Amino acid sequence: MNATEDPRWFRALLALLAILTGLLLLALPLAAVFAEALRRGWDVARAAILEPDTLAAIRMTLIVAAISVPLNTVGGLAAAWCIAKHDFPGKRLLLVLVELPLSVSPVIAGLVFVLVFGLQGWLGPWLQARGIQVIFALPGLVLATLFVTFPFVARTVLPLMQDQGRAEEEAAATLGASGWQIFQRVTLPNIRWALLAGVLLCNARAMGEFGAVSVVSGHIRGQTNTMPLHVEILYNEYQFAGAAAVAALLALLGLVTLVAKSVLERLSGRRVSGAEGAPMRMLTVVSGGLLLPFVQV
Amino acid sequence: MVSGARLEVRGVSHAFALEKRALPVLQAIDFIAEPGDFVALLGPSGCGKSTLLRLVAGLEPPSEGQLLVDGVPITGTDPSRTIMFQDPTLFPWRTVRGNAQLGPEARGSLAANAARIEAALSLVGLDAFAEAYPHQLSGGMAQRASLARALVNEPRILMLDEPLGKLDSLTRLAMQRELVSLWQRERFTALLVTHDVEEALLLADRVLVLSDRPARIRADIRVETPRPRRRDDAGLVALREEILALLGLAQAA
Ligand SMILES: Nc1ncnc2c1ncn2[C@@H]1O[C@H](COP(=O)(O)OP(=O)(O)OP(=O)(O)O)[C@@H](O)[C@H]1O
Ligand SMILES: [Mg+2]
Repeated sequence: MNATEDPRWFRALLALLAILTGLLLLALPLAAVFAEALRRGWDVARAAILEPDTLAAIRMTLIVAAISVPLNTVGGLAAAWCIAKHDFPGKRLLLVLVELPLSVSPVIAGLVFVLVFGLQGWLGPWLQARGIQVIFALPGLVLATLFVTFPFVARTVLPLMQDQGRAEEEAAATLGASGWQIFQRVTLPNIRWALLAGVLLCNARAMGEFGAVSVVSGHIRGQTNTMPLHVEILYNEYQFAGAAAVAALLALLGLVTLVAKSVLERLSGRRVSGAEGAPMRMLTVVSGGLLLPFVQV
Repeated sequence: MVSGARLEVRGVSHAFALEKRALPVLQAIDFIAEPGDFVALLGPSGCGKSTLLRLVAGLEPPSEGQLLVDGVPITGTDPSRTIMFQDPTLFPWRTVRGNAQLGPEARGSLAANAARIEAALSLVGLDAFAEAYPHQLSGGMAQRASLARALVNEPRILMLDEPLGKLDSLTRLAMQRELVSLWQRERFTALLVTHDVEEALLLADRVLVLSDRPARIRADIRVETPRPRRRDDAGLVALREEILALLGLAQAA
């Protein structure tokens, strides 16, 4: 046995502990949500979801994600690209900014937006004079979500871009490729799986975000509620069946995202030749899967 | 037929910024390569040979001095000046053919160059591996793929950064012969970086011997021996001793 190696029983014990903790703290509660949702039967759960306010919350969640995920994908890519490929004053600062949302409580993020855009806020009077409502409306929800989910794409592609260095891009440049072509044909293909994984994580968080969104939403039923907020409202009103059903739907979305992400990681891990078609097919299946929960709605 | 370009390197010095300190790499490099010249650059490891090629490729502007192609200053990269890098730097998600065709693809002339791409692949002996991915190639095959990728662009100046470094000695001999006949056919101006004095003498018209970092030109040696050359040619053997002495590696024997 190697001197630096722990005894086998010790490793087995640690692994067992980790798995047990995982099951107990993560899997069990999740399973409980699904059990609770289906406890009164499929029809009850279905009816709870088809309730107009719930449908409105689902719609709002989808709209917010559909706006903020693409924006953060582009923004995150740009930030990662600047940090990985260029030297400029303020690079450190940009890196800190990218990670800021991870270290600041989402509630504070929400509050900041209220302080800036709210009626009593810095820009409040100016916005009100022009009839623009940010807080307690869709723009506020999108802003809060953008803030919270900004790091996901940037952080997942950054290490890969840094690893890649500039050699491949320089090679393409000497072959006559323009800046945009280099990005499209060299930079992007190199990070595509990490990018997709980042987008999926970003999407999962965008749909699941509670804290920041809660502050700016105002909880107007049927209007500014998102799924997580709606779960809380239903729960506070003792509508446990409805709360569990919406929660289960939300959890399902998260699970599908996770599965999709790990499939992507597997695929990018073994870059098998000729398998180019397979990931794309997988992707279609995965994106189809993401939409599946809404098909019944 | 595209012919070689005239390369003028005028008083070029270059330094890298290293931890707030400047690291001088090239110092007052001055030479002219006439169209169709085959110039070899010899020098100790880390002296700045690859850096000089980067400047000619237009990947970086020199700290001082000027580089001109046919009298026009180099301001950036151009497919007429292609470089075969020291590391093959192939694109791992593209097949060998996909790698070779990136240049024409980027310039939108893929169809017009189809035959040229196949010719380049067969020239480097990779026609059977056109559909292989870089990770399925040996080190030498990867270098040959990288050479094919450079050749496809009909360069007027072809820079080769230790192109045969990873090849076994037999393939190396064959590739040296291929390089010479390729250059004789296409008449591009060639800049070859190598560690191998014999290789420089077999291939080049002219050998520039560089000093330790920062690199200066220590000697500019003409090789007049007609081709095909034999490595045991008396004139070449004498030149070899001279160059080794310049590099501080003279044998006692
Ligand atoms: N981007 C860079 N930043 C800082 N220093 C660099 C950079 N590129 C090269 N150098 C330094 O410049 C010097 C010359 O490097 P270069 O690659 O030109 O050497 P070389 O002659 O090609 O060596 P070799 O024969 O080992 O390939 C080295 O000391 C290297 O550390
Ligand atoms: Mg080098």
